[in-house]
This record gives sequence, structure tokens and C-alpha cells, in this order.
Amino acid sequence: MSAAAQSPIAISVVGLRAPWNEVPMSREAPQRTDEELVEAVAQADEDALGQLYDRFGKVAYGLAYKILQDAALAEDAVQEAFLQIWRGAGSYRRERAKASTWLLTFVHRRAVDLVRREQARRTSPAVSEPQGSGPGADEAVVARSRREIVQDALRRLPAEQREPIELAYYAGLTQSELAERLDQPLGTIKSRMFTGLQRLRVLLAEAGYGSA
Amino acid sequence: MSSDPHDLLAAYALDALDDDERERFEGHLADCEECTEQLAVLREPVAALAYAAEGPVPRNELRNRIIEGARAEPRAAVIKLPRRNWALGAVAGVAAAAAALAIGLGLWANSLSSSLDRERSANASYRQAAELLTGKATARPLVGAKGSLLVAQNGRAALVVCGLAGAPSAKTYEAWVISGKPPEPAGLFRGGDGCSPVLLTRPVPGNATVAVTLERAGGRAAPTLPILFRAEAT
Repeated sequence: MSAAAQSPIAISVVGLRAPWNEVPMSREAPQRTDEELVEAVAQADEDALGQLYDRFGKVAYGLAYKILQDAALAEDAVQEAFLQIWRGAGSYRRERAKASTWLLTFVHRRAVDLVRREQARRTSPAVSEPQGSGPGADEAVVARSRREIVQDALRRLPAEQREPIELAYYAGLTQSELAERLDQPLGTIKSRMFTGLQRLRVLLAEAGYGSA
Repeated sequence: MSSDPHDLLAAYALDALDDDERERFEGHLADCEECTEQLAVLREPVAALAYAAEGPVPRNELRNRIIEGARAEPRAAVIKLPRRNWALGAVAGVAAAAAALAIGLGLWANSLSSSLDRERSANASYRQAAELLTGKATARPLVGAKGSLLVAQNGRAALVVCGLAGAPSAKTYEAWVISGKPPEPAGLFRGGDGCSPVLLTRPVPGNATVAVTLERAGGRAAPTLPILFRAEAT
């Protein structure tokens, strides 16, 4: 990781209020939006698929690795998810979801399906394990600030809401497994996840997340 | 499931349903506009969680694997027709190769070739579809829907489906090639666009049936019955 990426000053300057949500930094040509890229993929545009990977490959792989705890399986999950995107881009509708949300939904589902199939270990997610060695300067800083916003919002959730969300999302537990693990009735788990996600949404909005 | 399916929104958004629960919920979701809207709202914070995961950086080879995988698997490209060309096509007469086919199909071919003339930068989907139409493709009627299955001599094939309602949100149409083995997925499409031609992603042998089902978004590895419509290749 570069020195700039580690510096808190750099983070605060580049971070919070910049319109970083969809716009990668410092590229020369006018950029297609994420949504335009998905629509181009629907027309068999390989270059658009490559650009989507350039934008989301790292976060996709980081997520898959966190869930699967295995490099080869994480690569499989990301590859399969991107091929699903290649095949399914025609069903994307921008009025329904941001392209990033749509795309990461595939990655997450694929990774969760794989971890369940592989019966991989299901440990509690370690929330802070900064092992990722960042890529080049700007993107690393942007990704880092985004990560910190989300981590901070998660920390602000009441533990009873955060726990089931984290165990579901990062460890692939089903709601029934959550009820057992957390020793709560299923209905309680359901409503805590729902309330927690609503609250997370508000916290993220307050932190400027997604306000491109 | 004894409980209200609306309770499952958050668990579904977090992929915390098992396969059966997921399937049932998606069945409900297809008909529940309110759920679809709420799900869209919940999915934003869920996707944000991806950014809080810290993991190692992928190997550079992964990008190549993905691009090569996509290249090896040209999936069904839904060809969007410029609507204005339809009227022109009807008046201007029908391309020779398409004349032998169904009328709707002929209109499509004609509008396709006129837009090809107009736009030199026609993309691969257009070109492949035009080749199917102007080459010696066999047209077989669909059973259960209006339209045709076109199969070229090399097995390359396209479905032309007319008047098919658009797939509900979170759902997609999926084509299958069935020939003595388990059905093989042959492409996803959305329907709802006049006569949408769909290039199939795998060749169709002479003895095969092509079938279409409604599946969850992203498609499946094996079809969910019922078959909505189908065509025999010979």
C-alpha cells in the first residue's frame, strides 16, 4: 500500500464528499457510467465487461474471499458471477437498481451458494483484518474511504442488528442458522435484519455514501 | 411457509434464505410490486456491505479468465430493433431470404437489413442474426407462442418470439437445448419487445428441441417447469 493511501490526511481530502460513487478518478477519456457499461455488455461488448471488472473486480474478489476464505474458490465465484452478468445483462433495468448494486448482488449470491455447497468453515467474520494490499494510489484511497464509511456505519448499528446482518452477509448463514447461532426466535432475527438494514441505509446516507 | 412472505425481504436481500425459501420467495416476488420496490431499497445498503469486506487483491489472471470465458460463451444477445424501421420495412418489400419465412419474421429481417445499411457499425449480434436470415436457415414454428426457431446448417440458431409479455422483474426467460441429455442453457432474454430475435448461445442439433422457461434473474443451470413454449429443430 502506498504511503498516500495510508495517510489519514489523504483520506480525509479525497474521501467523504467527493462524488466518488460511480466515477473513477483520473482517467483521460470520458467515462461511460456503470449503467451504460452494463447495457453495453447486453450488446456483447467485451470491452465493457472488462471495464466493469476494472471497476468492481477488486471489491467483488474481496467480498468473495471474505465469504469463502479461499483464493481459488473466491476466483471461481467472481468469474462465475461475471459470466452470469455477461449472460444476464439483458435483464438489467437501470430504473430498478444501480449497476453496482445489481452486479454485487450476483457476486454475493454466487459466493454464498459456493460456501454453502463447499461446506466451508463458518467462522464469525473478522471485521477488522486489514490484509488487503491496495492497488494504485487513487483507487486505493477511494476504495478505502468508502470502506471506512461502511465499516463506521456498521459499527454504529446496535449489536443485536449488526450481528445477524454480518453473519448472513459475510458468513453465508441462513436465517434459520442465524436463529440457532444467536439463540433467538426466527421472527426476532427477521425483524432485526430488516430494521438493521433500514438503519444502515440511513447511516450511510448521512455519511454521504452513494450521493454521487 | 406459514409466515407472511413480506417478512423475508431482508433475509432475501442478504441471501440468508435456503434454496427452498428463496425459490418460494421469488415466486411471491414476481407478483408483488410492493416487495420489488422495497427490495430495491434494501439492496442498496446490502451492496454497500461489500465495500466493508477486506480481502487480498485478485491475481491479474482473473480478468483474463473472465474475458476469455465470456468470449467462449457468446450468450444470447437480444437485438433491439429501431422501431421506426418497422413501417419502412413493411412498405419497402421483403428481403429475398426472409420472404420464405413467416410474415412477422420477414418484417424483422427487412428492418434489420435496412438498419444494417444505415449503420455501418452494426454490432456482432446484428451480423450474426442477419447471417442466420440470409443463409440457409430452417424456420420451425413455435408451439405455445407466436414466432419461429431458425436453425442454420451449422447448428447456429435464433428464436424469434412475437408478442411475448416482458418477464416480470427478478425473472428472465431462459432458452434450453434438449437433445437426449439434460437440458442445456442456451441464453436469457426478457421478451416484451415486439418480435424479439434471440441468438442462442449453443448450437442446436437436428434432433433437438428448443424450449423456453421462466427463471429467476440470472438464469439457472436446469430448467424450472413448466415449459412456456418450444420448437422441434426438425
